[in-house]
Amino acid sequence: MNFQLSKEQEFTRKMVREFATNEVEPLAADIDKEHRFPEETVAKMANYGMLGIPFPTEYGGMGGDHISYAITVEELSRVCASTGVVCSAHTSLCCWPIFNWGNEEQRKKYLPDLLSGKKLGAFGLTEPNAGTDASGQQTRAEKVGDKWVLNGAKVFITNGGYAEVFVVMAMTDKSKGNHGISAFIVEKSDKGFSIGKTEDKMGICASSTTELIFQDCVIPEDRLLGNVGDGFKVAMSTLDGGRIGIASQALGIAQGAFDVTVDYMKSRKQFGKKLSQMQALQFQMADLKTKIEAARLLVYRAAFMKDQHENYSEAAAMAKLFAAETAMEVTTKCVQYHGGYGYTKDYPVERMMRDAKITEIYEGTSEAQRMVIAAHTFKK
Amino acid sequence: MAFNIIVCAKQVPDTNEIRINPETGTLIRDGVPSILNNDDNNALETALEIKDKYDDVVVSVISMGPPQAQDMLFECVAKGADRGILISDRAVGGSDTWATSNAIEAGIKKFEKEFGKVNLILAGRQAIDGDTAQVGPQIAEKFGLPQVTYVEEFKISDDLKTVNVHRQMEDGYEEIEVKTPCMLTCIKELNDPRYMNMKGIFGEKEIIIWNAKDIEVDLNKVGLEASPTNVFRSFTPAPKGKGEILEGDTENQIAQKLMIGLKGKHVI
Amino acid sequence: MAIKIINDKCKGCTICTKNCPFDALTMEGKLAVCDEAKCTNCNACVAKCPFEAIEAAPEQEEVDLSAYKHIWVFAEQREGKLMNVALELIGEGRKLAKDISEDTEVCAVLIGDGIDHLAQECFEYGAEKVYMIQDPLLKNYTTDAYTKVMKQAIDEYKPEIVLYGATHIGRDFAPRIAARCNTGLTADCTHLDVNIAKYIEFAKKETTLDTSTLDPNSSDTGIKQTRPAFGGNLMATIICPRTRPQMSTVRPGVMQKREPEKGATGEIVTIKPEIKAEDIHITIKNIVKSAKELVSLTDADIICSGGRGLGDASGFELIEKFAKKVGGVVGSSRACVDAGWIDHSHQVGQTGTTVKPKIYFACGISGAIQHLAGMQTSDIIVAINKDADAPIFEVADFGIVGDLYKVIPEIMKEWDNAEALFDAANK
Repeated sequence: MNFQLSKEQEFTRKMVREFATNEVEPLAADIDKEHRFPEETVAKMANYGMLGIPFPTEYGGMGGDHISYAITVEELSRVCASTGVVCSAHTSLCCWPIFNWGNEEQRKKYLPDLLSGKKLGAFGLTEPNAGTDASGQQTRAEKVGDKWVLNGAKVFITNGGYAEVFVVMAMTDKSKGNHGISAFIVEKSDKGFSIGKTEDKMGICASSTTELIFQDCVIPEDRLLGNVGDGFKVAMSTLDGGRIGIASQALGIAQGAFDVTVDYMKSRKQFGKKLSQMQALQFQMADLKTKIEAARLLVYRAAFMKDQHENYSEAAAMAKLFAAETAMEVTTKCVQYHGGYGYTKDYPVERMMRDAKITEIYEGTSEAQRMVIAAHTFKK
Repeated sequence: MAFNIIVCAKQVPDTNEIRINPETGTLIRDGVPSILNNDDNNALETALEIKDKYDDVVVSVISMGPPQAQDMLFECVAKGADRGILISDRAVGGSDTWATSNAIEAGIKKFEKEFGKVNLILAGRQAIDGDTAQVGPQIAEKFGLPQVTYVEEFKISDDLKTVNVHRQMEDGYEEIEVKTPCMLTCIKELNDPRYMNMKGIFGEKEIIIWNAKDIEVDLNKVGLEASPTNVFRSFTPAPKGKGEILEGDTENQIAQKLMIGLKGKHVI
Repeated sequence: MAIKIINDKCKGCTICTKNCPFDALTMEGKLAVCDEAKCTNCNACVAKCPFEAIEAAPEQEEVDLSAYKHIWVFAEQREGKLMNVALELIGEGRKLAKDISEDTEVCAVLIGDGIDHLAQECFEYGAEKVYMIQDPLLKNYTTDAYTKVMKQAIDEYKPEIVLYGATHIGRDFAPRIAARCNTGLTADCTHLDVNIAKYIEFAKKETTLDTSTLDPNSSDTGIKQTRPAFGGNLMATIICPRTRPQMSTVRPGVMQKREPEKGATGEIVTIKPEIKAEDIHITIKNIVKSAKELVSLTDADIICSGGRGLGDASGFELIEKFAKKVGGVVGSSRACVDAGWIDHSHQVGQTGTTVKPKIYFACGISGAIQHLAGMQTSDIIVAINKDADAPIFEVADFGIVGDLYKVIPEIMKEWDNAEALFDAANK
């Protein structure tokens, strides 16, 4: 056992903390209010290498590890969960499947621009009628000559409006169920592909969540990712990793809310005493701090297992389940400890509470995480 | 031949985080983070901007301090410096500014033997723990280099031979031209330092540690004993006694009380 | 240099390690080892060792300190006008000189060109002698030229102490000379003593220092230079016992000018500078006075300072109106400068200007320790802040807990009524 972060991991935290404090936090309330995707911040993140951390340098990656990546998403989300998820969805849901499932040509073609952040990536699985039950895919891909023709629609696609490369699941043989799904790389400029409506959400308002629409979208043969019929495996393995990203986001939200509340409690006086001097509240905060730390250990362990090429599917599900529920509990209580002020937009905790909710839903709801964990428990 | 820039940097406690224990009157240094000194960060940024623009520029950061100061050099290299050099030895511990400049001088001489002639030395104006602003000029003196302190604007000619700077003054600035090699001390108005970048954090890093023997420094010129200045006593400042809180039903009443109070103290 | 353990003789008895007052001696196996960074050459261990295994530290090569006499002040001038701090230092230097001995003089060193008229001003403010160094090459300050001529003067006349103002020029100049003279320099001093009894008096009044170990009858007249460190969290008194001259830069605004004595005179010693154009390696192409209003925080009787509590940059509009009404100058906390609300030249505090006005209005300033370091010696501090627990109230003579946007207009309204209000209150 060794719980010591490496120098690289420590300095990743230091770097991202400074970046987040100076570049992200000052915008967080405004972009939330304006529902504005922070393009300028994403460009800076790209410039500093934050969009290609856990990939080898030969493809233009930073040569980092998944714990450092988790720390990056955590630290960004500590001040702005919308900014955090830009990094998470791009890295885990688009770069990773291309790196892991792509052939050498695909890796060489797509990864340099994605990892340098020149292009942003997104992932399309969810459909109006295929959420947790991903097998109900209605988007179809048909082989016509040496091309694939896609038809259908995807919903709730993170980074949708700003991504240029999409990893998309489509049914190639309905009779085979899950084994009839295949994965494709779609480019923004592909004919017949368009971005549909942008969702108006409760939280992570600055994140771009859109529909993807395929109307006789024709793409070359070599856009197939993996083999025909591998799509479900591509999607599930991608989501396993994505959960580490979202768990990190949840962890960051919880820590951010906790930190601002500690400051608030040190300054707010009631009944002649600072809130921080009231034992009932001290104990509550002690409990929250403990849960956040427990979430952190789960998240980093899942990332560690991924770095060690161990099977991290269950660990990632546990990390996401616990971190997301912790984020929801911490933010809800932090709003409470702020009293009336916490309910106003003058303080960041209400935003954090709205943002926290999505972590229990996307990239597998908490119920889906329990399904994964239960399956690992009872499958033997 | 590479254009060698030396950046002098110091790891310092973040003085914003230092608190005084009200009971004992002593400094609480526990948990105070060590950071790259602010002005030194501006010096490094200047060097990195030159490196960004011109080929064959090598930026080396030199520091003196305990082994933990390697962390600060890690940070400098992760921002883009080519190497970090730490002079670390108990024999140089406790040095005042004169003795420190002797050690850095020896370090730079060793550098020149290993890596070639130094073309530009950049330092921060002062370190936030000591605020002395002395080591930069003292290093310049050792090498007989021209110096410009308080640099708030910087330009270098394309042949890297002529530097034009604005030197901050209390009521304006001086436009100064100086030839390289020279020593400049930088202030925060000069630039906005970059962050570390992920490539730098995860890439190969050249961090060298030299002890007193490596730099062949005269041990009679470094360390506590050799320092011309010594600390005679140190203490925490006494807090001023608590004054009077003015109260009243309206702001106007309070303002009137203040006027009476100020008049009573014969200050108006 | 430190004591030396003679390994052949050391028996590993540990008597020396137990007797070292500085924890400099430790055992490594069966041998005593001295940590040179900790050893102070007190030689306490030498006598204690039963085996004569410790050699005393060699005596320092003594510089003949007595060859150095008198206190010099670098009387900084710009464009033929003396800087205020020069006059302050002449006042302080005069006090220190007389504390050393009756025949110790305070001397002003004037470097420039066409500055004969400044000697008189130095005499009026207390200088007993003026060293005059003039040359067209010295018209504007350059490090190279000024250092060269100052070194020449020091070598020739051997002052005991040299004081410089901690201005942008003084802080460029002094370290360069100190290095050339291989002597010590203490930066940004806020208090100076030569006499131990006076140092004790100062320490008792203004510090938490335990003075019981100091001997008030000590004949030591070396300079004791007190300065803030660690952002003002710690004060240190620095001495320079073995080299001469002893040098300090002193913060502007800290020391007291003397009342000028009209018509005072003294000896003018002219030094012919050995300076050539080739000695100067920089070219000053232009001297630009910033268009912005010159803020003379150090000279102001009243300062109205704004802090983060203003809310945003526009808050300084009120502070400016306030300053105009009360005849004051606008100051600022570091937070506002860092936020870009106001120019650095307005900054009061550890990294800005040290001020000592008659009245300091701290408006929306919480009172971070760095800020306090630059203003707490003001005669009267008035703090206006919403937060009753703000540390600024700890140093304030008058505290007002309230909204500065409501309080300040009322103060402005009542400002001219002070006398009447005071009389009415004291009837």
